[in-house]
Amino acid sequence: MSRNRVAIVGAGMTKFVRRAQETAKELAWEAAHLALESCEMTLDDVDAVVIGTAPDAFDGVHMKSEYLSDGCGAWGKPVMRGYVGGGTGVFAPIQGWYHVASGLFDTVLVICEEKMSSCQPHPQAAFLTIFDHTTERPLKPNLLWIFALEMNAYMNRYGLDKRDIATVSVKNKRNAADHPAALLGDPNITVEDVLNSEVLAWPVQRLDVSPVTDGAVAVVMCAEHVARRATNKPVWIEGVGWSLDTAYWTNRDLSYPVYVEEAARMAYEMAGITEPRKQIHIAEPYDPFDYKELHHLEGLLLFDRGKAPEAAAAGVTQRDGDLPVCPSGGLLGVGNPIAAAGLMKVAEIFWQLRQEAGARQVPGRPKRGLAQAWGDLMQVGTVVVMGV
Amino acid sequence: MIREVAIVGAGWSGFRSITPDLSYKELMYEAAVQAYEEAGIDPRRDVDSFVTVAEDYNEGTSIFDEYVPDQLGALHRPVHTISGEGIHGLAAAVMQILTGRFDIVVVEGHSKASNILTLPYILAFAFDPVFNRPLAAHPYYVAGMEMMRYLVETGTTHRECACVVAKNRNNALLNPLAGFGAAISVDDVLASEPVAEPLKRLECAGHSDGAIVFVLAESATARALTDAPIWVRGVGWANDTFWLESRSWGLARYARDAAQMAYRTAGIKSPRAEIDFAEVDDTFAYKELQHLEALGLCPPGAAGEWTAAGGTELSGEFPVNPSGGALGEGHLLDATGLARALEVVLQLRGEAGQRQIADPEVGLAFGWRGVPTTGGAAVILTN
Repeated sequence: MSRNRVAIVGAGMTKFVRRAQETAKELAWEAAHLALESCEMTLDDVDAVVIGTAPDAFDGVHMKSEYLSDGCGAWGKPVMRGYVGGGTGVFAPIQGWYHVASGLFDTVLVICEEKMSSCQPHPQAAFLTIFDHTTERPLKPNLLWIFALEMNAYMNRYGLDKRDIATVSVKNKRNAADHPAALLGDPNITVEDVLNSEVLAWPVQRLDVSPVTDGAVAVVMCAEHVARRATNKPVWIEGVGWSLDTAYWTNRDLSYPVYVEEAARMAYEMAGITEPRKQIHIAEPYDPFDYKELHHLEGLLLFDRGKAPEAAAAGVTQRDGDLPVCPSGGLLGVGNPIAAAGLMKVAEIFWQLRQEAGARQVPGRPKRGLAQAWGDLMQVGTVVVMGV
Repeated sequence: MIREVAIVGAGWSGFRSITPDLSYKELMYEAAVQAYEEAGIDPRRDVDSFVTVAEDYNEGTSIFDEYVPDQLGALHRPVHTISGEGIHGLAAAVMQILTGRFDIVVVEGHSKASNILTLPYILAFAFDPVFNRPLAAHPYYVAGMEMMRYLVETGTTHRECACVVAKNRNNALLNPLAGFGAAISVDDVLASEPVAEPLKRLECAGHSDGAIVFVLAESATARALTDAPIWVRGVGWANDTFWLESRSWGLARYARDAAQMAYRTAGIKSPRAEIDFAEVDDTFAYKELQHLEALGLCPPGAAGEWTAAGGTELSGEFPVNPSGGALGEGHLLDATGLARALEVVLQLRGEAGQRQIADPEVGLAFGWRGVPTTGGAAVILTN
């Protein structure tokens, strides 16, 4: 453990929607307001602000955190933006952790905001700019294509059945039906619906993919002495980890996310976790595509390689299964406003560990949970382990 | 500070106004190798975390940290971007070490400004898209308006602002890293054409390419690695509002707040007495004066007179921007603050060559994120 324990004491989020009428600043303000209200704090209690938001290209705003800063309550305060692409949502609370654990700050407001709908006609055009300007961009790659490559690599390596993978999408969209902020909750969706949906880039079909979304999420992180005063149910940050692989993704084995394993091992070591399958009770791995949830569960060492799909199909990862996975509904169900989606996972673990998840509450009073995100060019893993 | 943190290695590449022979990856590699060699470390084995400072629009690439790990020796390691000023990145590294979980952290910042063909148009994307961007003015109009307000509020003269340019570009003649050294006079500056009244062409920093890498370590590791660690005594950063319409224009509030935090963490009560020299943002000439006042290094409104009287020259009582600052070295985009910090490190080590100040013990570096922002960060270093 680090010398200062750090807890999350409050969380809030906007509805995740396809096209928010609010500006990016207003979304950030709404999430920040809800998070502070949830722990009966005001901006006067906040010593520093951490902003997480993914590519500036979505909003067409350069130095986006400067633009967002006053909406995030950062006027007259130290504010910093950390950034690891799609992994940002789980990295922002890691950054909040090191702000507090350093001893420089007692209370930090962490806000992740994303407004993808500003990018017209579709943010896919912005994603073109994440590729290497010389070797890849002239090929005009599309994210769906490269994830089709990765999904193919994963399925071929282990001889996986697409039907098993589709159960992830069904589980998450059904789970999201119980989430008041969800964009794509559907209590009646079936595996057949997923397998019969439009093919985008084989083997990726429309219902394998999370939607373009607008939204914001905020959490309040405190040093131990403040957390004890603020709430009788602090949720402790027990471990954090992150790791970045090479930019040359074409040279890598895409069937296994080794960078997720490295991030997980770093977080487990800090949390003193030696047997993650026994010691992690609930998980929110990153699920922008259904196969990604399985891929990441394996990288997190929670299942053997190639074995997560059959476990999912057998119901192990259902809310009432042995290891509830994405009880929130994940990105597939709640929505995928990139950075905000990652922090939504941290907020879900916070609510689940405090027994405050309402209709989404998993049984068995979980004591320790994990949130993970992934991003860049299939390249970065970010992991937070939380416990009560 | 709870745990002591020191800079044990520094490396750089550049600075030059164009670098057609080097890609940004090569600039970063050169700086990193120099920093690692100086610290005597192997990045793959010894570094616990890497922080890189970048803004997507300056790179022309979204999610820039993708393209960072290979040339830094940072594969399969914790790496993240700070989209901020270089000194924000330095502060992030300091915080990581203070947690007790990281012993050695590397900070990288770079500029490939010469690749940006339409820099003012890129900068214009930083304005509020609804209220300000439709005005479609050159972004430096904000600096012109702010300079006007600063002159009116403080009684500083334009001539005093021009003294900053003459001082810094002359200092740069003594600095082999600086590409904008010139023996120019105050009258040359005042005679240059206006960019946004009252701001003149020679009062705006040109741009440079380059990269800077620092290796930071906690105290026991630092002492084992080097006999001459440069200690980080304090860090601070802050923002005023982003709204042009409601910010403080005469006083650089962000600099005042960032400095107050830095002085608090460093335990500094009277900065002018306890600090020997400073490297402060001078993207525009008046900014050096405005920042000196906000940092509490001279009374409000006194920086112009002090500068005109020679107090901040290399031979003065309190040298400011002995490196030549951004006016003399060129603005390095997000790495500009790291260039300020680099000069403080070199001066404190006694490695500043012809521009060496006599026996400095404490130096301050301050970086600003440029128009239209109000983001600033400060670091206080000591030998």
